[in-house]
Amino acid sequence: MLCLARPAVRPYSSLTMTDARFPHRHLLGIQGLGPSEITSLLDLAEGYVEQNRSNDKRKNLLRGRTIVNLFFENSTRTRTSFELAGKRLGADVINMQSAGSSVQKGETLIDTAMTLNAMHLDVLVVRHPDSGAVKLLSEKVNCAVINGGDGSHEHPTQALLDALTIRRRKGKLSGLNVAICGDVRHSRVARSNIYLLNAMGASVRLIGPRTLLPSGLDRMGVEVFHDMKKGLADVDVIMMLRIQNERMSGNFIPSIREYFHFFGLDREKLGLAKPDAVIMHPGPMNRGVEIDSDVADDVERSLIRSQVEMGVAVRMACLDMLTRGLIQSEGES
Amino acid sequence: MGGRNSSGLVAYVNARLLDPASGLDGKGAVLTNGESIADFGPGLFHGGVPSGMEVVDCHGLCLAPGLVDMRVQLREPGEEHKETLKSAGEAAVAGGVTSMVCLPNTNPVIDEVATVEFVARRARKIGLAKVYPYAAATKRVEGKELAEMGMLAEAGALGFTDGVKAIRNAQVMRRALTYAATFGLLIVQHPEEPSLAEGGMMNEGELATRMGLSGIPVAAEAIMLERDMRLVEITGGRYHAAHVATAEGVEIIRKAKAKGLSVTCDTAPPYFALNELAVKDYRTFAKLSPPLRSETDRLAVVAGLKDGTIDSVASDHSPQDQDSKRVPFAAAEFGGVGLETLLAVTLELHHNGHLGLLDALRLVTCRPAGILGLEAGRLKVGAAADLVLFDPDRGWKVNAKAFRSKSKNSPFDDRPVQGMVMRTIVDGRTVFKHDA
Repeated sequence: MLCLARPAVRPYSSLTMTDARFPHRHLLGIQGLGPSEITSLLDLAEGYVEQNRSNDKRKNLLRGRTIVNLFFENSTRTRTSFELAGKRLGADVINMQSAGSSVQKGETLIDTAMTLNAMHLDVLVVRHPDSGAVKLLSEKVNCAVINGGDGSHEHPTQALLDALTIRRRKGKLSGLNVAICGDVRHSRVARSNIYLLNAMGASVRLIGPRTLLPSGLDRMGVEVFHDMKKGLADVDVIMMLRIQNERMSGNFIPSIREYFHFFGLDREKLGLAKPDAVIMHPGPMNRGVEIDSDVADDVERSLIRSQVEMGVAVRMACLDMLTRGLIQSEGES
Repeated sequence: MGGRNSSGLVAYVNARLLDPASGLDGKGAVLTNGESIADFGPGLFHGGVPSGMEVVDCHGLCLAPGLVDMRVQLREPGEEHKETLKSAGEAAVAGGVTSMVCLPNTNPVIDEVATVEFVARRARKIGLAKVYPYAAATKRVEGKELAEMGMLAEAGALGFTDGVKAIRNAQVMRRALTYAATFGLLIVQHPEEPSLAEGGMMNEGELATRMGLSGIPVAAEAIMLERDMRLVEITGGRYHAAHVATAEGVEIIRKAKAKGLSVTCDTAPPYFALNELAVKDYRTFAKLSPPLRSETDRLAVVAGLKDGTIDSVASDHSPQDQDSKRVPFAAAEFGGVGLETLLAVTLELHHNGHLGLLDALRLVTCRPAGILGLEAGRLKVGAAADLVLFDPDRGWKVNAKAFRSKSKNSPFDDRPVQGMVMRTIVDGRTVFKHDA
């Protein structure tokens, strides 16, 4: 491959710093980001919310840039959201799904990286079923990488869009009580949200059966509950997690019926939270498994549709911020 | 690079002689005659070396019995792209190892007399470190039917194990111990309850939770050891637990020994020199089986080495090629190479003040040899001249790229260490010499 003649990875130190507000080449996770960096991304996203609501949705900020969405896991909403974000900024966006691709034919992740390097991408959005796989890829490619979800590790843009959704509704993040309920064990959304909410000064509670709460959570700056009644008391935000049947390698819960009985969110359990508590869900929802349709569709309390809207804006902000870094480093070279 | 000498006599003079078995530590010399040790001791050659023999000046460095590594995977036959008996032999002698015992999990499995003989014959022909095989405890290491232990032992198998797999069925383990006891044979266990370890990739706990990786609980080791101690008790078998890595595991062995059970165990350098933090940033080279544990566990392993609960140290050499390691953590194979770092990392126990030099050396010489019933690991007139000359204090930095082993998957890459092998002698022949 032609690209192999050149250094495969541009050393981080050779970059002039990226945008001063976000001095990172990649967005691999929330862990390690500080409050000011998170705030910068959210502030930038605010502007894109307005732009997306106007008739002229398109900017040419990223004209000429190539973004590849490389998804090793099925996804409709995250991929579409990134695609829309890229296109609204004027970039060329290409989707690569693992099904039927060379990856399924046995190409290793590192071979894939080498192939992508030869295509001169600017931004690579990756989703992968293995924790840490996106980081591995980021070490081998010479473009900016955004983690679109890796295994049970992190899903940073989801946490950012959740934060933007909450901030717009509640006016702040700091001082809020946020309950994250359900399958924390397998959830990258939960991990990214724990890091982000802790960084921004919110109090995080985790609620679920013990089989779905892995060991060591108590040392991650959260309060752990096994009873929805206790856990939801005085809560401002309820984040429900999807029961990911495809990830349940064993029998972590006896049945859906039993799960819903104790941990599904319905009107009665919602009544235990603050009167103005809001409901969130990263989607896609399993109605009647982790959440009752009655509360999911409650326009007063449910922010689920707003989350989808914020998702596009947040991803535009991330693409915008990371490509600012590219412009500067290219100016340097 | 074998030494040229017409008479067959080589005098290693001006050495610091170390023999952990007898407690000898003093200035002296060793005389080898052909393949064996003719004489040694502090007083040897006081009146000068007689003419007609080759003289090797040791410059005051340590001359000790060659290391005995009681747990290595050599990958031949079957996975020669990862390691061969030749490349492993070169790695071994570069690490001061003159005898090593390989696991039977090759392809084909070492569960037939013919395979035992194949490995022994190939290794003899290569003429580097001596290779002794463990044979499978159960046919095809399937954990079901007992292998022909008696005949395999006659062919040269030093012990019986299902390698990197635990013998999970309690009845099979009971019968293996009982049958082996008929001939006084040793059963070696990979002590990990498989159903608790299934799908796990690292130590269970906060770090695994943060990394989004499924963990293996400490209880996986404890449960298997507890069960096995009961089986040893009712069978009277000889049992050896490989690579004990947890505080609970060490304690279980300690109690079993106090009870008088015929139990021994080893650990591997990663378990006293590293902890789970080595897998941070998804470092697959530190993905080992059993997994690296917490700092508390590491300290308990050190304590077990100090009080003799842990009998020996083995490299647990597990070669894996790039394609098995340069992949996402979940997909990566377990294991790390260790032959070339065994001595230096074991000497950390000495340099850090945990053990005397002889005590540290004992873990990799006469102790494993004793467990295996092997004539090796000690200075003895008439015994094979398997020796290592090393500088215990000389520092170097582990550079996996420079390893002789075909695979470079070391969890110790880039680690500064102290203790360098200068020369390795097998059957009186110098088979390795450090360049500078």
